[in-house]
Amino acid sequence: MSRWDRFVETFLNGTVMWKYLPDILSGVVVTIELAVLVVITGLTAGLVLALLRSLAIRPINAVIVLIVDCFRSLPPLVVIVLIYFGLPSAGISPSGFVSTWLSLALVLMSFSEEIFWAGITSVARGQWEAARSTGLTFGQTLLHVVLPQALRLTIPPLTNRTIAITKGTALGTVVAVTEILGQASSAMSNSYNPSPLMMGAAAYLVLFFPVVVVGRWIETRFAWKR
Amino acid sequence: MAAPIVDARGLHKHFGALHVLRGVDLSVVERELVFIIGPSGSGKSTLLRCLNRLEEPSAGSVVVDGIDMLDPRTDINHARQRIGMVFQSFNLYPHMTALGNVTLALRKVAGKSRAAAEELGRAALARVGLADRAGHTPGQLSGGQQQRVAIARAIALEPRVMLFDEPTSALDPELVGSVLEVMRALRESGMTMIVVSHEMGFARNAADRVLFMDHGAIVEEGPPAAIFERPAHERTRSFIGQIQRH
Repeated sequence: MSRWDRFVETFLNGTVMWKYLPDILSGVVVTIELAVLVVITGLTAGLVLALLRSLAIRPINAVIVLIVDCFRSLPPLVVIVLIYFGLPSAGISPSGFVSTWLSLALVLMSFSEEIFWAGITSVARGQWEAARSTGLTFGQTLLHVVLPQALRLTIPPLTNRTIAITKGTALGTVVAVTEILGQASSAMSNSYNPSPLMMGAAAYLVLFFPVVVVGRWIETRFAWKR
Repeated sequence: MAAPIVDARGLHKHFGALHVLRGVDLSVVERELVFIIGPSGSGKSTLLRCLNRLEEPSAGSVVVDGIDMLDPRTDINHARQRIGMVFQSFNLYPHMTALGNVTLALRKVAGKSRAAAEELGRAALARVGLADRAGHTPGQLSGGQQQRVAIARAIALEPRVMLFDEPTSALDPELVGSVLEVMRALRESGMTMIVVSHEMGFARNAADRVLFMDHGAIVEEGPPAAIFERPAHERTRSFIGQIQRH
């Protein structure tokens, strides 16, 4: 048996892969569900916090900054473990899926709030003044003039962050979520063969590569000449 | 004398320890073009910005077209429709076309339908000579064209008075003329205008009255010929001497 054959036998074993394909695919479904939930809720919450912050109400902003800084400093894994093992003592017992979703959404909310906020503040003051001088209200100015510009500026850092945090769905394995990595590693221990892990890796590539490409497309699509 | 359309009394403005306006009175009648000159930091822009409350005066009163601008019960957004403002740096919305820039407030503030707003918007762009640039974004326009779109954005709301805050200072010299031409046409159409600028030639030809400001106060005022040829005040004389040497 050549080295190459041994490599294929170990890492790209067809029989093992075929056997565990359904498990990996069910893991893909769980990962997609989790990712979509995290992205939608995390980005929405982040945008809401950034808008709230733009109202410049001091005590509210202090609370927002505190929350956001906490979740930005904590490793996502710690947040997941805290929610999964900690909340039950407060009488709430979220499933592993809910714990992972909630944790990653909170982390994405915090990072995206900072990115949205940076975008909003980087829009020149003159834009606010011009809009307000024509009689637009604060809210109308924010909605029609400032946000469209801010969002364009935030797209590149936002796609990066979103992808990085969404990949954190793999951390769900720790609290028994049957997403891609969880399925792959249990298949690996059942079959004494790492081929399922290779399938998992391929699944992540297939899932996230298009997201990266779409992110880049959005960046160029929405760039405008200054 | 006609009742003033802009009447500001005893305006003071503090920025922290800085006393930027020190009791300014300014009253402008309909169809008048008032020119404000003065060294940088003399409070010219702050005065303009107090008139539409982009800046909150620390003390004093501002009445524009019979509306008390500083009364908390005044709907400031409604009142601002009557006061057009043009900025040094144009401040066009870069994500919108020229027409989009002009129609935004028409739709959202004046409550026009999209079709009605676009008709008014195109008419305003035609007035500044840019009817054919309606679909261009600010990035595709020269500085002079951008400033004319900004003027169209303001006049589309049919303001009772227009404020110009150094409208040509950010322009290359060869583009200044087109903006001044639009301002002159606006003046001939009877618009009341308050202009902060260093365009002395324009002031000489078009202004009814020139105010010289220094250290947050109006030092002297009068018809352009008087201010430029026979300034009464030493500070006015030295300021006019300085800018005319250039």
